Amino acid sequence: MALSREQMAQRVARELQDGFYVNLGIGIPTLVANYVPEGIDVMLQSENGLLGMGAFPTEETIDADMINAGKQTVTARVGASIFSSAESFAMIRGGHVDLTVLGAFEVDVEGNIASWMIPGKLVKGMGGAMDLVAGADNIIVTMTHASKDGESKLLSRCSLPLTGAGCIRKVLTDLAYLEIENGAFILRETAPGVSVEEIVAKTAGKLIVPDDVVEMTF
Amino acid sequence: MAGLDKRVATYEEALAGLTDNMTVLAGGFGLCGIPENLIAHIKRLGVKGLTVVSNNCGVDGFGLGILLEDRQIRKMIASYVGENKLFEEQLLNGELEVELTPQGTLAEKMRAGGAGIPAFYTATGYGTPVAEGKETRQFNGRNVILEEAITGDFAIIKGWKADHFGNVVYRHTAQNFNPVAATAGKITVVEVEEIVEPGVLLPTEIHTPGIYVDRVILGTFEKRIEQRTVRKA
Repeated sequence: MALSREQMAQRVARELQDGFYVNLGIGIPTLVANYVPEGIDVMLQSENGLLGMGAFPTEETIDADMINAGKQTVTARVGASIFSSAESFAMIRGGHVDLTVLGAFEVDVEGNIASWMIPGKLVKGMGGAMDLVAGADNIIVTMTHASKDGESKLLSRCSLPLTGAGCIRKVLTDLAYLEIENGAFILRETAPGVSVEEIVAKTAGKLIVPDDVVEMTF
Repeated sequence: MAGLDKRVATYEEALAGLTDNMTVLAGGFGLCGIPENLIAHIKRLGVKGLTVVSNNCGVDGFGLGILLEDRQIRKMIASYVGENKLFEEQLLNGELEVELTPQGTLAEKMRAGGAGIPAFYTATGYGTPVAEGKETRQFNGRNVILEEAITGDFAIIKGWKADHFGNVVYRHTAQNFNPVAATAGKITVVEVEEIVEPGVLLPTEIHTPGIYVDRVILGTFEKRIEQRTVRKA
């Protein structure tokens, strides 16, 4: 079975370490906050200028001046700080964020990522994604392995305009966890009950299947 | 408004001198911390051909989105179009010139503009369409592109509290782009929820020192919420 959005978030959360500063993108990455392992304390960075994002507010504590990068109303946790956009991206660009998790339309074997526009169809803008991928060393991309029509999103070369070049080394899809090394995807883990054959069939870019591929457990 | 007293009483005074084809820097992220009354007054003024620099362009019917209705904006420099249909439509049909700029680069362009730095190198956007036509270099094995600073004829800013010296504090994440935009306007206008007596704002808590600010006006704000998200109590 392909991983649910929650399971993908759960799997990413296993990469969290005590004391990490983490930036979570919109969508599945946001859900990672719900699965921070017991005994681990992390600070969530929201690029609109909040370090230490807390839970969503209640109806009573909702505040229009307190939002995250997805424009959702949030709270600040104890130990949080708030600052300008320039300061926020100094943290990001300066490599101070320990883990960045974000979505994508496509990734390729060179570590390129495309996530911000589909020419002629969809223009949402890059927001902070280009700064995040250029500034971070430790990035996990979360995405579905293939489109609804079965077209692979793990390619030899991205077909869409890039968000960043050569900056992605870890990809979690609904079918597998893969790393990118030396111009190939390396299969590290499979989703429970998903066959290596299915992953091979749905990966358009060069894929290496080592002997020690692990099946994820939840 | 005289000497170090930056207060003005009307929005006419606040935006006096704003004319066609000027560049306007606007603070705000989404609808959070936007100078909503100054934007509304730009609509009333009817000035056209504006270049607007802001992370977003409001939403349909609120914030900077209302300046798209009468095509007052010729060029938009922003990082995110989002769910603003009129923005996306005018972009796709070529009516509106749009320079999509990475969010951190946009903030730094204004920071640099206000700080007298004409341009800077950044890895952000290297190898992407953002890099097209820009000088590239390598520092310590890292590929970077040259990005130029931005300044504006006007900066329109939303603060929380100000004193008559133009010292400003922002409330929570309504800070966002406001302090950087405030530094980069030839004329910087701040609208606030409260104007306090001199000395009430402590020197240690000022976000934007008054030297950057030319006019301060008291406003009332709707503060619309874009994504109302709550948990159960």
